[in-house]
Amino acid sequence: MDFWSNPVQAAGVWLTGVFAGWGMNADAAGILTAFIGILALISVVMVLDIFLVWTERKIVARFQDRLGPNRVGPFGLIQPFADIIKLIIKENIYPIGVDKVVFNLAPVLMMMSVLLLWAVLPLAPVLFGVDLNVGVLYLIGVGSLGTLSIIMAGWSSNNKFALLGSFRQVAVMISYEIPMVVALLIPTVLSGKMGVNEIVQAQEVWYIVLAPLAFLLFLISATAELGRAPFDLTEAESELIAGHHIEYSGMKFGLFYAAELLHTFTFGGLIAAFFFGGWRGPWVEQVPMLGLLWFFIKATIGYWIFGWIKYTMPRIRIDKMLDLNWKFLVPFSFVLLMFIALMNELLRDTSFYAIGMFLSNILFGWVTLEILRRRARGEREKLEGAKHNDHVVTTSVVHSD
Amino acid sequence: MTAMQIIFLITAAVMLGSAFMVVTTKNLVHAALWLIVTLFGAAVLFATLNAGFIAVIQVVVYIGAIAILFIFAVMLTRRTMSETGAGLNPNWWLSAAIAVILFGGLAWLLRGWDGFSKAAPALPSGFDSVGALAQALVSPEAYVLPFEVASVLLLAALVGAVYIAFQKKGEE
Amino acid sequence: MIPLSWYLVLSAALFSIGLFGVLARRNAVAILLGIELMLNAVNINLVSFWRYNDPTRMDGQVFAVIVFAVAAAEVAVGLALIISVYRRRNTVAADEIDLMKW
Repeated sequence: MDFWSNPVQAAGVWLTGVFAGWGMNADAAGILTAFIGILALISVVMVLDIFLVWTERKIVARFQDRLGPNRVGPFGLIQPFADIIKLIIKENIYPIGVDKVVFNLAPVLMMMSVLLLWAVLPLAPVLFGVDLNVGVLYLIGVGSLGTLSIIMAGWSSNNKFALLGSFRQVAVMISYEIPMVVALLIPTVLSGKMGVNEIVQAQEVWYIVLAPLAFLLFLISATAELGRAPFDLTEAESELIAGHHIEYSGMKFGLFYAAELLHTFTFGGLIAAFFFGGWRGPWVEQVPMLGLLWFFIKATIGYWIFGWIKYTMPRIRIDKMLDLNWKFLVPFSFVLLMFIALMNELLRDTSFYAIGMFLSNILFGWVTLEILRRRARGEREKLEGAKHNDHVVTTSVVHSD
Repeated sequence: MTAMQIIFLITAAVMLGSAFMVVTTKNLVHAALWLIVTLFGAAVLFATLNAGFIAVIQVVVYIGAIAILFIFAVMLTRRTMSETGAGLNPNWWLSAAIAVILFGGLAWLLRGWDGFSKAAPALPSGFDSVGALAQALVSPEAYVLPFEVASVLLLAALVGAVYIAFQKKGEE
Repeated sequence: MIPLSWYLVLSAALFSIGLFGVLARRNAVAILLGIELMLNAVNINLVSFWRYNDPTRMDGQVFAVIVFAVAAAEVAVGLALIISVYRRRNTVAADEIDLMKW
């Protein structure tokens, strides 16, 4: 095939030919080329991760009206390398009673679960890891590996606060998987396919126009899945020191931190793929590899949205987090899925498909807000009614909670 | 030896090894982690059998939910952080004998069946197993009734588990 | 080309190991781990029979999906029971929970 229209695949075919020319049989040459492709993808993603450390610090600095690192290298670009060197030369502390195998395996598993997500993300029309036809389900499954690594980290540290922090984090993560799955099912219903590349290809109109409420739902549940503010109770320094990675020092902690940043960027990539059209953009039909640029721009915007939310909102308490999920998001997500499926069927062949879906989403959101407003008003009246009665009847202070 | 056969043999060896560790190790959290390795091997086997959906569901349901439930249960039912206690019964040799006899019996019975060494039939081209599975699960001529009954079962299990393990505030 | 026998022997071996776990372990949670191994062996059997007999009929995969649902339900309720027993008796060793024996 032509090199310029499909460079990566052409390089792969050439490499397989080279290996077969050296005498390997075709199967093994194919597998070796696939391994080299995986290595290349992981290397690019990890280098990206290094620059995410810089991006994160610049974003938080600008939100807090200061400059961020700007001494080490031009614009502070060498700062992450300085961080890495510092983390590598730190002492590897193993507390007493720590279960060494599990303790060492947990950060590795965490990073692994994030890197596995990149296998199904479509970076360009011709550049993706594997065109899995159950890509959406694969994303959910791999996310649960991250949950496992948090339990392993918390338990093996032989520290009650680490265990408590990891229990809370895992409870939040497995609770918010349900609205996240439903929010990912909505693009599946709209496009009729479960493969991520196929969903991107079906987005003639971006799904953020067709289902903005699904985007909001995914944003909220993804923020909880990532353990980022405002859902980061386990990393709250004043409450649990550092949650499941209290006892980790040096590069192991660096792996947790880098895995969290990369996870956030990967979810930015998921938002780009599912709601913002993935690699779609001007001139992609002529130059397919330009899709890579559009994808990364959209993923960075998604990453910036996560940073925006994190550095603006205060933290939510753990029981309110779980209340929000089970009492609001889960019923909301199921009703939203049914509603969007219904509107999709009704409006699909008409001429005002996009505008109709958008307006019906706005209507649904407004109805939800009205219901919430009435419930809140009712509860506030009940509370104030009780307080008023207490003031009238007795002078002692009665707490109604 | 084709590549698929090598993959199968490696996966089978890993699965059997980790299953053996599940039933013999004294540290229960390690047993749960070895179970996760076994379940992952099973997911790989499902993928080699062209049942991609079942493979991913295996990871999501078993590793993502059931294994985490096991780890939580192990952590909540121990008196100290590192208590293990005796792992096996006093009569474990009898159980080992029963297991070996069962395996031998199954293998010997199956060998007499003529379909034992069958090769896999080719999948029809363009066969969408996910779509066909979806059709089978919701079409009235196929399996919609067991599907709905399974969801009622899950609801009953959900309510039952919450009720059994529930602790009112202030109760010991 | 992997013959069907390999899958069947593997699942028989897994089933036997799970059976050993159920019969020989003291801790109730470890017994449930053995049951999980047996259910996985059954699933491997079902899916390999689906693939090797007639892949266009979805019966094997539907059975496997129902087994997933049943296994999840059973683990949830079983672990809830074990936790509840632990709260009363402060033990989960199967030979110490013998209050109803004569």
